[in-house]
Amino acid sequence: MTAPSRVLITKIGFDGHDRGSRIVAAYLRDAGMEVVYTGPWQEIADVVALATQEDVDVIGVSSLATDHLLLPELMTALKEAGLGHVQVVLGGIVPDQDIDGLRAAGVAAIFHPGSTREQIVDEIARLAGQARSAA
Amino acid sequence: MTAVPNNSNSLLERLLSGQAIALAKSITAVENDTAQAAELLTGIQPHLGRALVVGFTGPPGAGKSTLVNALIVELRRREQSVGVVAVDPSSPLTGGAILGDRIRMSEHTRDPGVFVRSLAARGHLGGLSPMAARVIDVMDASGRDVVVVETVGAGQSEVEIAEIADVRVVISAPGLGDDVQAIKAGILEIADILVVNKADLPLAERTVSQLKSMLSLREGEMAEVPVLSTTATTGEGIVALADAVEERKGVAVTAEDRAARALQRVRRLLADATAQRVRQLIRAVDGANVDDLCAQVQRGELGVDDAAARLLRQLQQPEDRDGA
Repeated sequence: MTAPSRVLITKIGFDGHDRGSRIVAAYLRDAGMEVVYTGPWQEIADVVALATQEDVDVIGVSSLATDHLLLPELMTALKEAGLGHVQVVLGGIVPDQDIDGLRAAGVAAIFHPGSTREQIVDEIARLAGQARSAA
Repeated sequence: MTAVPNNSNSLLERLLSGQAIALAKSITAVENDTAQAAELLTGIQPHLGRALVVGFTGPPGAGKSTLVNALIVELRRREQSVGVVAVDPSSPLTGGAILGDRIRMSEHTRDPGVFVRSLAARGHLGGLSPMAARVIDVMDASGRDVVVVETVGAGQSEVEIAEIADVRVVISAPGLGDDVQAIKAGILEIADILVVNKADLPLAERTVSQLKSMLSLREGEMAEVPVLSTTATTGEGIVALADAVEERKGVAVTAEDRAARALQRVRRLLADATAQRVRQLIRAVDGANVDDLCAQVQRGELGVDDAAARLLRQLQQPEDRDGA
């Protein structure tokens, strides 16, 4: 039996609307993953510490109100902490003009409104496998 | 900030030096029972037994995570480094889990003196996870002064924590049941310290007095178990709880005590590992044989215990052939 994938679902920045992140956490749980769920309002250093201690394969960040602009800073902090193998995905409201910059910073996937359960679960499962073989 | 891992040192060395990433990776290896885990677990043996292991158990919603958070505040004030093992249930249907205990402990996330790891129970009954005892050992080896273990919200018979922890704290909350609940067998019996959390709620005093009168009916050590009141959200009563834990450490946890429990723990690990192997063997055994045994039981020709004995004999035979 292969060990379940471990995913951190979190929100950084000041926005507290966490309904979407809870739904995604439940999707992943129902797909057999172990989901570490934090409330909103995490800081970059919190996410790095959480990912370190919980040894997650994927970090999912929910952003509805420009918090996604913090992701390049998160990517740098993760690399500095020796967590370059952890895959980071983003879900929520992401304007088209920001996508290239996020991709260039290393964000592995962006889920826009209308993404299906299957798309989210399959992509995160794939990235988790990738992270684990790179760890 | 954690330093970038230095791959020239082995994982074991980095674990023993207390590095956070190495601790996290070691726990993953142990939890997933990898080849590396066996090596690690052997390597840490000479370094075990230094941490004080404090177990927290009690029903869902009693405030275990919040109380653990409050205790961490006090332990940090006393300059103790802390490891937390927080177990949440896995879905019996999908194996998935939402691990949310640490939400209540978020004020400690960036404190390098506090390391919290969430474990999913992965189908294990008893309030812990299959590898919890080994994960606690790994935290001990990494040099944590105190390892706090929080069980799944436990019912009345999840007493596994009793064998693993040096100090066992059982949490109750007001309004969960009458005085008959308090005299039933189960988790109350394993407590070194009883805590009534949410002491700001009405009925809290009644719960305390019910527990005290329950204890007064017991004999010996059990009669001396302290009953404390806490309000975890405000920190009320937490100093007294930390004192009670420390007192247990000083008085009751003698070297002899620890050695006996360590032996008991290894015995338990051995029994668990053996049971695990037997389960694997049963899964691998020829289906027709098992079906045949089942049919005999259904027809009433064979008792289920006799059938089990026969199955066990069948399981032993291929092993004997291997050894020959």
